Amino acid sequence: MSVPTRDVVDGTSIGAPEAASAKVIKGRSLGQIAWSRLKRDKIAMAGGVVIVVLVVMALLAPVLCKLLGVDPYAFHTDLLSALSMPQGKLGGISAAHPLGIEPLNGRDILARILYGARVSLTIAFLATMLGLIIGVVAGITAGYFGGWIDTILSRLMDIIYAFPVLLFSIALLVIVSGIDALSGGVARIGILVFVIGFFGWPYIGRIIRGQVLSIREKEYVEAARSLGAGSGRILFRELLPNLVAPILVYATLTMPSNILTEAAFSYLGVGVQPPTASWGQMLSDAVNTFEIDPAFMIIPGLAIFITVLSFNLFGDGLRDAFDPRGGR
Amino acid sequence: MTTPDSGASPVGDALLRITDVKKHFPINRGIIIQRRVGAVRAVDGISLSVFPGETHGLVGESGCGKSTAGRVITRLLDITSGSVVFDGRDITNLSAAKMRPIRSDIQMIFQDPYSSLNPRHTVGTIVGAPFRIQNVKTENGIKREVQDLLARVGLNPEHYNRYPHEFSGGQRQRIGVARAIALRPKLIVCDEPVSALDVSVQAQVVNLLEDLQSEFGLAYIFIAHDLSVVRHISDRVSVMYLGKIMESASRDELYSASLHPYTQALLSAVPVPDPEVESRRERILLSGDLPSPSNPPSGCVFHTRCWKVQERCKVEVPVLVESSPGHTVACHYPEVRNVLAVDIPGYVSDPNGEPDGADFASQ
Repeated sequence: MSVPTRDVVDGTSIGAPEAASAKVIKGRSLGQIAWSRLKRDKIAMAGGVVIVVLVVMALLAPVLCKLLGVDPYAFHTDLLSALSMPQGKLGGISAAHPLGIEPLNGRDILARILYGARVSLTIAFLATMLGLIIGVVAGITAGYFGGWIDTILSRLMDIIYAFPVLLFSIALLVIVSGIDALSGGVARIGILVFVIGFFGWPYIGRIIRGQVLSIREKEYVEAARSLGAGSGRILFRELLPNLVAPILVYATLTMPSNILTEAAFSYLGVGVQPPTASWGQMLSDAVNTFEIDPAFMIIPGLAIFITVLSFNLFGDGLRDAFDPRGGR
Repeated sequence: MTTPDSGASPVGDALLRITDVKKHFPINRGIIIQRRVGAVRAVDGISLSVFPGETHGLVGESGCGKSTAGRVITRLLDITSGSVVFDGRDITNLSAAKMRPIRSDIQMIFQDPYSSLNPRHTVGTIVGAPFRIQNVKTENGIKREVQDLLARVGLNPEHYNRYPHEFSGGQRQRIGVARAIALRPKLIVCDEPVSALDVSVQAQVVNLLEDLQSEFGLAYIFIAHDLSVVRHISDRVSVMYLGKIMESASRDELYSASLHPYTQALLSAVPVPDPEVESRRERILLSGDLPSPSNPPSGCVFHTRCWKVQERCKVEVPVLVESSPGHTVACHYPEVRNVLAVDIPGYVSDPNGEPDGADFASQ
């Protein structure tokens, strides 16, 4: 990618109709420049490709399972040994079960990984969105309006920061799972989204507040005000476009941490409940048998590892791409 | 304290008349209960008038309240006390909604061409914003209007779709000028419009401002700390120190026959492009720093740094009085002095020589 060409206009070209005026002059926005930088970042793009593949696989999980003839819920006890361990090498890898089968009940691991991806990505994505929405609204409000609103919101963020989130969440999830109405699969996912997203919002909230504090003092905001623009226009037309970059970067870097949190909850038994598949829950199950059948632990572990790594690499690349100090 | 108007011009009605305007920023202490412990007196009772088509220069060192004064006039900041009358209408306490239609008549050009343009908007959006915000219908559509404006300020109209980061500092300042003149205002407050630019580009922008003034009959309040630029563009000049106006006069009178010691000290720091004069003239060096505007000195605010200080200056606040028609000064011991020239027998310095007129005369 070459350095963007600039036409020198100051002073010199006044009244001199250039030959170039025939060609359409198209400015490149900061977003387009960031995108062109990102495209040159091989590692970030690799991360991005893996993310896309993962998302597509998760979305098409039922179709893929049908095509491969695997079912995440079907028991295959006939393929297990007397000790309830998968027969065959590497956890029972075979043509019918490309990644083997689970110990104890013989469910297909590939199918459960695919369905687990749906659960993990859905929960992480929705939790990120929830945290983002609360965080961005709170951050903009605190930063833009300042005063006592800022004081209240900032103290609230401090309190949530200081909260023993993991312990509290586990306790909350245990209590909630005792309530019958909330023990269904979808309700369970909803609760996880709420817990993970709600405790995550202060992080983005602080970043956005800081950004708004610096942007609101910029002269272009004063210029808009001196033209008679109201708060709504200043917030949505002047401030928000400048917040897109930190929001995007933060979202891609929050996704992996939310995936890990969800996996941790499921591992600890307070997350998604069987028979719904989840990577963390598979890891948890594998603990009992990994000495005999390590494949059952390695496969969901790898799935988590690859997903988190891809999101982190992509997020880092995105941050570098948006950083004005980076070279073009 | 009421001060006489420091912009008294004999003819016509003033476009802008501000009277005894104060802007104090409160200093608050306390974590939960905010207690007011003092105030920064950024602008502490200034009065001036600007007439249609006139340029009123406002000079002073950093932190003297010139920019705050500009923001008070444009009502970007609320006024603590005093009154601002624009075009015969008192706008001192107008609400944001009532102020909106008036805003198309008072515009502002900002100091920093890098932060005054939103990096996420195209030039077309930036220069078109006045029409959209004020809901002004244009004959040939906003795009056409914006392109005319870009051409008027010396930019390529084809650059409509470009982003601010693709322009140089001078070009960006031209974009800011285009935005300010879009709605054909009557008054533009220029807050150090050329301070961030290098000298050759300063000249271009200053000349552009002058051309636009004669074309559209604009009045400017030209805030700057560069006395040479102010001398070039202003009709009247007011000198500010610590939130107050020290001296106000027509351009020629201020530069040749200043009365206030602070004005003289400022002028003596301006380099004179005549080595003969430069080597012989007296430099007035002020000692000390600008006092804190949250705790201004008693009496004359300048007494801590004045070389002519007397006991009276420390107690009694000098009132801005008219020493000759159109020349007001706030000093107990005013004294005419031309610090830009010297008496050398047999030597005639160019009487019209603007200190750096050459820079600005030729683009």
